[in-house]
Amino acid sequence: MSGVGTNMTQPFLSMQNVSKRYVGVQALDAVDFEINKGEIHCLVGENGSGKSTLIKIISGAVRPDEGAQIEIKGERFLDYGAIDAIHRGIEVIYQDLSLFPNLPVAENIALSQIVARGNRFVNWRDVQHIAEEAMDRIGVELSLDELLADILIADQQLVAICRALTRDVRLMIMDEPTASLTRKEVDSLLAVVHDMQSKGIATLFVSHKLDEVLQIAERVTVLRDGEKVGTFSSQELDDEKLTMLMTGKRVEYTQYVAEGQNDDVLLEARNLSKRGNFQDISFQLHRGEILGITGLLGSGRTELALALFGANPPEAGEILVRGRPTHLNSIQEAIGLGIGYVPENRLEQGLIMKQSIGKNIVITILKKLLNEFGLIDLNATQATIHNWIEELSIMVPSAGSPAQNLSGGNQQRVVLAKWLATDPDILILDGPTIGIDVAAKRAIHDIIRELAKQGIAIILISDEVPEVLQNCNRVIVMHKGRFIAEYDPQQATVDEVQDAIYLAGNYSRYRPRS
Amino acid sequence: MFSREYSESLTLGLVMVGVLLLMWLLNGSQFVTIGNLQSMAFQLPELGILSLAMMITMLTAGINLSIIASANLCGIVTALILTRYVTPETAGAETMALVVLAIAAGLLTSVIIGLLNGALIAIVDVSPILATLGTMTLLNGVAIVVTKGYVISGLPEPVRFIGNGVVLGIPTPMIIFIVCAAVMALLLNRTRLGVNIYMIGSNPTACYFAGVNNAAVLMKTYLISGLYAGIAAIIMISRFNSAKADYGESYLLLTVLASVLGGTSAAGGFGKVSDLVIALIILQLVSSGLNLLQISNFLTLAIWGIILISVMVVNHVTQQYRERRVTA
Amino acid sequence: MKKWLRRHETYVFLVIVLFSIIITSQNASFLTLENLFDLLKSYSFLGILAIGVLFVLISGGIDISFTAVATVAMYVMAIATIQYGGNMLTAFLIACSVGVALGLINAVIIYVFNIHSIITTIATLNIFYGVLTVLSGGKWIYGFPTWFREFADRRVLTLTNEAGVQYGLSTITLIWLAILIMAWVILRYTTLGRGLYAMGGNPDSAARVGFNIFRLQMFVYAFMGFLAGIAGVIQALLVQTVAPNSIVGKELDVLAAVVLGGASLFGGTGTLLGTMLGVALIAVMSNGLTMMRVPSFWYNVFIGLIIIISVSASAYRRRQRERRMIAVEAE
Repeated sequence: MSGVGTNMTQPFLSMQNVSKRYVGVQALDAVDFEINKGEIHCLVGENGSGKSTLIKIISGAVRPDEGAQIEIKGERFLDYGAIDAIHRGIEVIYQDLSLFPNLPVAENIALSQIVARGNRFVNWRDVQHIAEEAMDRIGVELSLDELLADILIADQQLVAICRALTRDVRLMIMDEPTASLTRKEVDSLLAVVHDMQSKGIATLFVSHKLDEVLQIAERVTVLRDGEKVGTFSSQELDDEKLTMLMTGKRVEYTQYVAEGQNDDVLLEARNLSKRGNFQDISFQLHRGEILGITGLLGSGRTELALALFGANPPEAGEILVRGRPTHLNSIQEAIGLGIGYVPENRLEQGLIMKQSIGKNIVITILKKLLNEFGLIDLNATQATIHNWIEELSIMVPSAGSPAQNLSGGNQQRVVLAKWLATDPDILILDGPTIGIDVAAKRAIHDIIRELAKQGIAIILISDEVPEVLQNCNRVIVMHKGRFIAEYDPQQATVDEVQDAIYLAGNYSRYRPRS
Repeated sequence: MFSREYSESLTLGLVMVGVLLLMWLLNGSQFVTIGNLQSMAFQLPELGILSLAMMITMLTAGINLSIIASANLCGIVTALILTRYVTPETAGAETMALVVLAIAAGLLTSVIIGLLNGALIAIVDVSPILATLGTMTLLNGVAIVVTKGYVISGLPEPVRFIGNGVVLGIPTPMIIFIVCAAVMALLLNRTRLGVNIYMIGSNPTACYFAGVNNAAVLMKTYLISGLYAGIAAIIMISRFNSAKADYGESYLLLTVLASVLGGTSAAGGFGKVSDLVIALIILQLVSSGLNLLQISNFLTLAIWGIILISVMVVNHVTQQYRERRVTA
Repeated sequence: MKKWLRRHETYVFLVIVLFSIIITSQNASFLTLENLFDLLKSYSFLGILAIGVLFVLISGGIDISFTAVATVAMYVMAIATIQYGGNMLTAFLIACSVGVALGLINAVIIYVFNIHSIITTIATLNIFYGVLTVLSGGKWIYGFPTWFREFADRRVLTLTNEAGVQYGLSTITLIWLAILIMAWVILRYTTLGRGLYAMGGNPDSAARVGFNIFRLQMFVYAFMGFLAGIAGVIQALLVQTVAPNSIVGKELDVLAAVVLGGASLFGGTGTLLGTMLGVALIAVMSNGLTMMRVPSFWYNVFIGLIIIISVSASAYRRRQRERRMIAVEAE
């Protein structure tokens, strides 16, 4: 790395004593924060640690409580607001990207610039020009006439960056930018970030993917419960240390040892194939086993999970449940065979957020709750709901409150409860701890282990290698739709599996460009 | 502290009491005579049953613009059979059989229409507003073709009883409405289908992943909606003693108005039969009260509109207030 | 070529061509300038309203109340014109002011109280229409001044057919055309117009990019009201009487024309070309049925079938597209 970033120690933004109190909650408590010119900085913390409040204050969307001092390039602000942030070159790229799916790429990039200039009329050559200039700044190539909805998510991310670059950006804030990107795409995103750094643009990442954080950032600021734990150079941190800083406790990982496993084969796949999804997949899943499947986004792991759940029937091959060949053409069939599926996207696929926790739990078993007149038995329903809330220790205000009021960890317990209520033999968990705090994650893992002990066969899909290694008794790596390696977690190391994942595609792990 | 749903029911109840007192005050004792109550009980059921037909589709985040067109077509089918086969010479028992047959044919038509809507929405995956806009026009067209635009009138006595009779002092249409509302409430609250209807209204994707057969639920929803439109049709032809392709067209948007006033969310997932019934009573009180004062029907429409917006504004303001209390 | 095949407009256009061929083969007078000019005059009312509805749909809203707005504007204009005189310009000015004012009422309710546009406008439809009918007593208005009657027959281009009857391009059509050009410039070349697309595509992002959402809302419902005012005057010009129930009830017909033209009810998409083709399709259909001596009561059957087929085809193509996208993402 050319020493551009690290040597520029002059702070671009410096904030002291930033507090924000909402009724009943101290979102931020006397936090100091500093980011240097051209620095790549990471902001980490669990849900509710105050990350988003801090970002909103930096971008001027929220005003801090009295007593805060904000300086940009040595200039003091008394009443810092959104206009000041924009004029000093602070741009935020939110997780949803805030783009327009119905408009062409060029316009998506140029629109904010045109609005900012206060132009009444739109000159289309100008739009093209602005977009091209922005792309040139980071050396990317996008088809400008295409509608945004028609391009890949990774390219949409670049569009959002280009849009920010149409202004004179000095600090780019990216909120969870890598959540929906494949590894390769993350790599090229990081290359773009380094490129911006060489132009003196600072980047503030907000991320929960610890390995990425450590890989890219020069410094890391950790928040916990609205307070700043500290700012650290990334060299002095590792996964474990960072986790401890974030949670405030040392989370002990214990290796899972299968206890309930026996020779009963509950689920077997024989040469499953589906074009563009997965190729030649064979495996056996035993009672009480936790089988881990890992791989990059787009490796076919979710497609395979959906196939085993009846939602994505394979074109060739055979699926056997308890030794009997089945067709699995619909989800209803899969449920009938005792298969449950916890989907990757809890918000959209896992829960009906606006509806009550109770209804979310019983939606899978309404048929079993009917009385002799075919009507839902209210007492039995209440009993079932309370039973599962208790069983999984779900912290709920009341069974009637909407699922969206729960924390991520408790929401995921509701999803699990919904499937456990069906009394399944086989559970497929696709990214069961995505977006869940470290401590709550651990509790979910404990539940999963307990279920296996009770004799449920579990497939645990995750892109976090440590998660599968610690919680499974067998780990398979998937790549481009195929099983490419299998490990025994007792012997394999995280690095070994990580390498298998990345090297398979000849993707190098990120190396800074010199 | 009240939850959102309770506070909306409360607002609605208060409006009902307020309107009742106001109308009583304006009209004096003539407002609460048996005669006036009975006439209200005759008028409410048509809009009421049609609103139930609208509401169930709105719960799934859909809409059914074709209810009036289907009601007219069903009414025409029934009326055609009746006027063609029932003559003054037909004997009593035979008349009854024909009436039953004709009504069955009308309801069957409504079920077929419901299936058509359901298929377009659940299987072809057309958005409900577009699908039913299409079927609305088509059904209206078919009704015009069948009748050549004329009125079909002169229905036999037993049919007229459905819309105009009184049993134990209660008008028959009111009895039918009460049964329809009770069945709908039972269906929504105590059956699998009902729970699934609410859930699909909020998030069809999550329902799919929970093993709900979304297509089947939507098919049944539009089928029931169609059937209710058919039941309303029988009451309508009976009260008018005739059927025509363009009866009751102004009811269409009013059913949406009544449903929304009754707390049914346009975004789907929420709404209760009991609140809809309160909303219908409010609308009927206003309409009858102003009618007694000999004020134009059109002003009634305007006041209905004003009540809807006022209730929405009150709900909005209270919700904002509650949110500020929670977050600020 | 491929790009054209992806556009909804292409299919609508092909269907119009197909119908035109069929109709002309049955009755050659369909494809004459006389018939064409006549259609362009009589459909200017629908065409102008469709442009307003398109704007509202693009912005992510919906408006049901415009028929009532047009009726109110028409009444106020007629009463003022008959009572106090004036000229065409004042007539349009009065009607448009009324339309804009009522449109702004819609915008304020929708934005300030955050009530869904369909619910707001169903309510205001009843309010505007109810109040008007009560105040006007539901009376019809006749007896426009001579200049008002003459304007309706004015032509910018006059031809004579074999029977010696004069026909030509009506001034009314020209008004439609002028509005069309204005609308096109707004949508394509102004920041305001692009803001409408942006707001329809993603309202939160539009606000973040710097658009004033309230101002956009005010514009779009005021513009709808403005066009409803013009349409009201044109309706009065075409029939020379003002009746309370001549427009109300047509709201879904106009919506159907816009939807046939490919605009989405979820906001953000829709073109003027498509909308005008939608109007043309309906015009050709109904005129063609008359030309082919099909009894007029078949009209709705055909329109209904066309709507159902069109929206089903769009749904099918959307699913194909989604499937393609998934395939691309999987690679």
